[in-house]
Amino acid sequence: MPDASRPLPSFPEPDTQAFWSATAAHELRYQTCRACGSVVFYPRGHCTKCGSRELDSRVSRGEGSVYTYTIVRQNGHPFFSTQVPYVLALVDLDEGFRIYSNVIGLDDPGRDMQVGMRVRVAWEDHGEVALPLFRPA
Amino acid sequence: MALKERDAAIVGIHEFPLRNVEGRMTSAQIKAASAERALADAGLKWSDVDALYDASEAGDTTGMALAEYFGIHPRVLDTTAMGGSSYEFHASHAKRDIGAGRAKVALLTYGSTARSDSRAIGTGGGRAGGGSSPLRNMEVSWGQTLIASYALVARRHMHQYGTTPEQLAEIAVVTRAHAMRNPEAVKAMTDLRFRDVREITVEDVVKGRMIADPLHLLDCCMISDGGGAVVIAAPEVAAGCRHKPAWILGAGEAVGYSENGRDITVSAGAQSAPLAFAQAGVRPGQCDIAMMYDSFTITVMTLLEDVGFCGKGEGGAFVQGGRLRFDSGTKPALNTDGGGLSSNHPGMRGIFLLIEATRQLRGDSTSQVPGAALAVAHGNGGQLGGRHAGATIVLGRD
Repeated sequence: MPDASRPLPSFPEPDTQAFWSATAAHELRYQTCRACGSVVFYPRGHCTKCGSRELDSRVSRGEGSVYTYTIVRQNGHPFFSTQVPYVLALVDLDEGFRIYSNVIGLDDPGRDMQVGMRVRVAWEDHGEVALPLFRPA
Repeated sequence: MALKERDAAIVGIHEFPLRNVEGRMTSAQIKAASAERALADAGLKWSDVDALYDASEAGDTTGMALAEYFGIHPRVLDTTAMGGSSYEFHASHAKRDIGAGRAKVALLTYGSTARSDSRAIGTGGGRAGGGSSPLRNMEVSWGQTLIASYALVARRHMHQYGTTPEQLAEIAVVTRAHAMRNPEAVKAMTDLRFRDVREITVEDVVKGRMIADPLHLLDCCMISDGGGAVVIAAPEVAAGCRHKPAWILGAGEAVGYSENGRDITVSAGAQSAPLAFAQAGVRPGQCDIAMMYDSFTITVMTLLEDVGFCGKGEGGAFVQGGRLRFDSGTKPALNTDGGGLSSNHPGMRGIFLLIEATRQLRGDSTSQVPGAALAVAHGNGGQLGGRHAGATIVLGRD
């Protein structure tokens, strides 16, 4: 019997462990560089602009805009095949980082989805971690 | 035309003719069969090969084990794996290595049984396999298929530049027209049981089933079995080969990836193509032939812009009205073999870009552009909307 549950992050994985641990408390975390101020995402141990290893972890307000999206209508994966059609989006959070996610809570994605749409994080709990999804703001 | 660079030339080619081996051949067998034919095409022998390039795409018998499988002892070994663009990277490296005097005869091979294995490459869900990585942990949970990654680019391209589904469809229409002139492509579509093996219209594309908005079924490439081989040689070897050389005039390489604030309508090609054209000393507009990696119609639209045939965002208008047909009278002709959309896409089709470009420079294409002298092959591997590789090869004849 194929696993029909949503694929989740797996550990140990040093770069992304802290990000995912914070999700259990519904915190969407990102990093900023103490040396140059750059926003770093996905989470890493160094600044991708200047190489500094002095990074601060901050909590996002969880609000942003849809940079682009697609409505997936075919997926052979045992979980996602039960979810089609679903919205896959790149969301630009207001703090300056971009994340893959799903936009949920739309009656008709083909009609309602727009590039630039304002969205807010909505959490899907999975025990040790919660998955950041987004709803129209 | 004054050709600046004459370090190395494509002297042997072979495109494996079958697109459905029905499980009766392995990828390694396809590679070996293709290598033998490409060497024969060049008039060379197995023992002449002193440089081997491989993308490790076919499991145990490839990569480190390929020289053993073939039974050769090359002194340059390169297992650069950049998805579908691996072969443009290999051609770039072969030019470099031959130019540096480290080798004289380079062999590139490709084999895949994606069709026989029923691999749902584009719609198979998140990447398979275990292990933890930051990439896996930040990408697999939201159902990002390969097609979806390209669809993200297409949607953004439409938003930013007003590109329409009908303009994307023009790319599928012109490549199908070229495919219908290519008996191997017609046989491919027949063997893969395409519903209609005929020329198609813009309406056929946009009224087709949506796979990942805004990409329809006919915006997507086929999944075939297949493979091929390319032999690249030093000038003194090329002089004795059976066909006129297709000189590698310029090469450029790059990667692109998801970054905060990145414009995803711009691919790695925007970095690799200027390098290749500068080395070649020619301009994109001079190219008779554009072999642009067509995993999807949006890939071609993006690459035409990034390689420099038109400005960023102008691709929609550029492709209209059959402009890219081999007989339109305007440069360039696009994917004259029928491309991945309608002739051959076993998962990593970069080698076919080199093969068809060489056919055109020899005058041997089924959609031959009269007097074709300059061609560009641009491979794009990975996921266009995220992590991808791009390599550009400019080819010219004497």
